[in-house]
Amino acid sequence: MNETIDSLRFRITKRFGTKTVLQDFALEVRGKQFITCLGPSGCGKSTALNIIAGLLPATDGEVWIDGGRIDHLPPEKRGFGMVFQNYALFPHMTVFANIAFGLQLQHRPAAEIRERVREMLDLVQLPGFEDRYPGQLSGGQQQRIAIARALILHPRLLLLDEPLSNLDAKLRIEMRAEIKHLHSNLGLTSIYVTHDQVEALSLSDWVVVMRDGILMQAGTPQDIHDQPRNLFVADFMGFRNFFPAEVATAGPEGEVEAAASGMRIRGKTRHSLAPGAAAVAAIRPDDVVVGAAASGPNVFRGKVDIVEYLGREHEVILTLESGARLWVHTQAHLTPGEFVPVVFPPERVIFLPSEGPGGIA
Amino acid sequence: MRLRRTGEPSELDLMAMACLAPSLLYVLVMFIYPFLYGIYLSLRPLKLPGFSLANYVAFFTDQYEYMTVSITFRLAVPNTIVVVACSLLLAYNMRRGIWLERTITTILVLPISLSVILLGQGILGFYGGRGWFNQLLVGLDLLEEPLVLTHNFIGVMISLFMQQFPFCFLMLLGYISGIDPSIENSARTLGANPWTVFRRVMLPLIAPGLAIAFALVFVMSFATFPSAMLLGQPSGATRTMAIAAYAQAFEQFDMSYASAIAVLMGLFQLAGLLVILLLRKRMVMAATMGVGKR
Amino acid sequence: MRGRMWRLALYLFVLGFILNLLGIVFYVTVSAFAKRWFGTPLPRGFTTEWFGYAWKEFGLARILGVTIFVALTVVCLALLLGFPAAYILARRNFRAKPVLMLLYFLPLLIPQMTYGIPLATTMLRYGIGGTVTGVILAVLVPMVPLAVFILMPFFEQISINLEWGAAMMGANRFQTFRRILLPLTLPGLLTAGILILVNTVSNFELTFLVGGAGSQTLVVALFYNIFAGGVRPVYSVDAMAMMYMTMVMILLLIALRFVRPTQMVFRLDQPRQ
Repeated sequence: MNETIDSLRFRITKRFGTKTVLQDFALEVRGKQFITCLGPSGCGKSTALNIIAGLLPATDGEVWIDGGRIDHLPPEKRGFGMVFQNYALFPHMTVFANIAFGLQLQHRPAAEIRERVREMLDLVQLPGFEDRYPGQLSGGQQQRIAIARALILHPRLLLLDEPLSNLDAKLRIEMRAEIKHLHSNLGLTSIYVTHDQVEALSLSDWVVVMRDGILMQAGTPQDIHDQPRNLFVADFMGFRNFFPAEVATAGPEGEVEAAASGMRIRGKTRHSLAPGAAAVAAIRPDDVVVGAAASGPNVFRGKVDIVEYLGREHEVILTLESGARLWVHTQAHLTPGEFVPVVFPPERVIFLPSEGPGGIA
Repeated sequence: MRLRRTGEPSELDLMAMACLAPSLLYVLVMFIYPFLYGIYLSLRPLKLPGFSLANYVAFFTDQYEYMTVSITFRLAVPNTIVVVACSLLLAYNMRRGIWLERTITTILVLPISLSVILLGQGILGFYGGRGWFNQLLVGLDLLEEPLVLTHNFIGVMISLFMQQFPFCFLMLLGYISGIDPSIENSARTLGANPWTVFRRVMLPLIAPGLAIAFALVFVMSFATFPSAMLLGQPSGATRTMAIAAYAQAFEQFDMSYASAIAVLMGLFQLAGLLVILLLRKRMVMAATMGVGKR
Repeated sequence: MRGRMWRLALYLFVLGFILNLLGIVFYVTVSAFAKRWFGTPLPRGFTTEWFGYAWKEFGLARILGVTIFVALTVVCLALLLGFPAAYILARRNFRAKPVLMLLYFLPLLIPQMTYGIPLATTMLRYGIGGTVTGVILAVLVPMVPLAVFILMPFFEQISINLEWGAAMMGANRFQTFRRILLPLTLPGLLTAGILILVNTVSNFELTFLVGGAGSQTLVVALFYNIFAGGVRPVYSVDAMAMMYMTMVMILLLIALRFVRPTQMVFRLDQPRQ
C-alpha cells in the first residue's frame, strides 16, 4: 500500500520538433492537495500530465517526488494512478478483469482481489457489475470503472486527464461530486487537467491556469475567479466586459480611477498602475447592476440591444453611451430599445495592465 | 423508399438494383459460374462417361501428384509463420511512428507492385551462384564455395518472403497503429511492463488482425506458382499443387483433372483457414484466462 | 538500454530487407546494360544493344500494345461497373448486404491461381480463351470488386446531406450525380483508377492462364522468356525486365502523388470501439 506523497515538484520543458509545448512549466504539489491545470486545448496541460506519469519524456527539466528524482522511472514503477479522457478500459476484459488487472500484476491472492474489487465497485456505486464488458456500459459507468481501476491500487498520486469531457452535462455534475467525495475520503493527492473552469473551481484547492505551455496564474479558486492577474485569465474565467482605459488617479490601497472612452470608471487593482498608464477595466456580466442608483461612481446609461432568456436570469447586451458593448446577467425584465442605467460596483471592477494589441486573443 | 415494419428503410428500389446489377452479374457470371463449372468438370473425367471421382482417386494414387500436397504445405506453412512473425515484431515496435516512415513504406510498396516475375528474375541473378550476394560472401572470405540459393526450395522461400513480408507488414502496421494508444498507457500506469502490456493487453486486441494476416499470407503462399516455377525445381522438389494443376491443364490438356487439382487446392486452403480460426479462439481464450473469474 | 538495442536490431532488419530489395532490382538494371557479365562485381562493358534486341526478338511492340490496351480497358470497365455499386453499398443497408460484400470480396480473397484454372477452362469452352478479350474479362474479375472496395470509403465520406440539400433545391437524380457526386468522388476515381492500373499491369496468374500467343501482356512474356532459360541471352531478358520495371515505376510515381503507400495495400480496419 502506498501512502500518499509529501510533495511533487517539477520544472519541465517539452518540445515536439520545432514546436515548444511546455516552457519551463514549474509546479509544486503538496500531499493531499487537489490541483487543477486549467487551460484551453493545446495549452500543454495533457502533455504535462503525461510527462509526470512517465508516459512521455521531457525534453528538459526534472520531476522530484519527496526529494527523489523520478525522471528515469518507467510509468509502471511510479505508483501513480491515471484516469484517461476516453476511459481506456480494456475492451476484451470484463469489468472485474479490468479493475483487478493491477492487483494481479502484484500477484495478490485471488480471494483478496475479489474482495477488493467488490469493495471498489461499491465505492463507485456499481455493485454487481463484475461480469459485464466495457462495451455494454454507458459513458458514466465506464468512467467510474476507470476510476475504480486506478484507485484500487492505492496510488500515491492520482492523475486525471479531462475525465469528464466526454460525458453529458448532467452526468458531469454528478461525477464531479463523486470525484470530490473520493478525493477527500481517501486522502488522495490529485492532479486534474481540464478546460472547464467550473470543474476547476469546484474541485480544486489550487488552480494553475495555462496557455501555450506557460503558466499564466496560480492560486486558490477564489483568487483565480475574483482576482485574475492578466487579460487571458480574466477572459477565461468569465470577465466578458473589457474597457481600455487610461489611469487618472491611483491610490495606495489599489484604488484606481480611469478614463475609458468618455466614461470615468472606478475600481481596484493588484498591480502597480501609475497615472497615465494604459490599463483595461474589467467586470463580470453578473456583477453589473441594472437600474437603481442614479448617482454615485460608475453609473452609466445604456440602450438594450438583445435580451436572451436563460431561465433564472436574462443575458442582456447593451450599448453604452460611449459606444462600448456591455454584457449583463440580470433578473430584471428588459425590452430591446429601452434605455436603462447600469452601475459597476467599484469593488467588483478590476484593473489589469494593458497588454498591447495581442492582449486577449 | 419503402419502410419496413420495424421503421427502418429497406432501400432496394429500382435504382439500387440497377446500380448493383452490372457488377453483381459480372461476379456471378465470371467468378461463381466458372468456379461451379470447375467443380462440375472435375467430376467428369476425360476418359470416362458420366460423373465419377476418378480424378481425385488418380490424384491420391499417383505419387508424383500427391507429393505436391506435402511440398506445398512445406512451403506455405513455414513461410507464413516467418512472414507474420517478422511483420508482427516490426509493426508492433513501430506502432508509434518511425523515423523515415514515409520512405520506408514507399520502398516496401515496390515488391507488391513490381510483380513476382521481376523479383524472381532479380533473385535469380542477385542470389545466383555468381550474383552479388555470393560474390560478397566469398569475397569477404566468409565462404569457400558460393551458396546454392536458387533453383531449389530456398530460392522459392526467399521469393515468397520478399513478396509477402512488405504486404503483411504494411497491413499489420495499419491495424496496430489503429489501436487507441491510451489503452496501452493505462496498462502501464497500472504497473504492467512493456512485455506484459504486449502479452495481456495488446496481443488480444491485435488477434483479429493477426488472424486475417495469417489467413491471407497462408492462402497466397499455398497457391504459389511463378515463384516455384522460376526459382525452384518445378518438376521435382518444388512442384506445388498449382504447378500440377497447370501442367494438367496446359500440357496434358486434361481440363477435368486440372479442375480437380484446383478444387483440392481450394479445399486445403479452406482447411488451413479453419485451423487458423481454431488457433485464434485458443489464443484469445489463453489470454483472457487466468484473469480470474468470480 | 534494452529498448534501444531492440530498436536498433529492428532498424537493421528493415535496412537489410530494403538493401536486399534494392540489390535485387538493381542487379536486373545493371545486367540489362551489360555487355558481358560473369562473376564480377560489375560487368566488363556497358551497352544498350540489348534493348533493341529485346524489342525486336520478343516482339515487344505488340506486347506493349496489348498490355496498355488491356490495362486501360480494364480500368474503364472496372470503374464503370464498380462506381454505382460502391455508391449503393456505401449509402444503403439491406438484409443481403453482408452476403453481397462477401461475394465481392471472394475474388480478392481466393488466390487467382485457384479460380484462374476453372476460369481459363470456361473461357476455352466458350471460345474466348487465349484472346485479348478473354484477358480483359479475366483481369476484370478481381478488379471490379477492387474498384468497389476502394470507392466505398470515398462515398461514405460524402455526407448524404449534400445530396438531400441538392434535392431540396430542385435537382433531380442525374443533376445531383453530375454536379455534386461526381466532382466530389473524383479523387476516389483517381485513386481507384491508378491502383487498378498498377494491379492490371503487374497481374500475372490470370493473364498467364488466359493469355495466348497474341494476347500476352508484358509480365507474361517476361515469364516465358525467363523460363525459356538459356535460349535467349540473359541480358536481353533483363533488358525486357527493365522496360517492364520502368513502366511500373512511372505508374507508381504517378500513383504515389495521389495515394499513400498504405492505401495500396489491403486495408484492415480496426473495429470501432
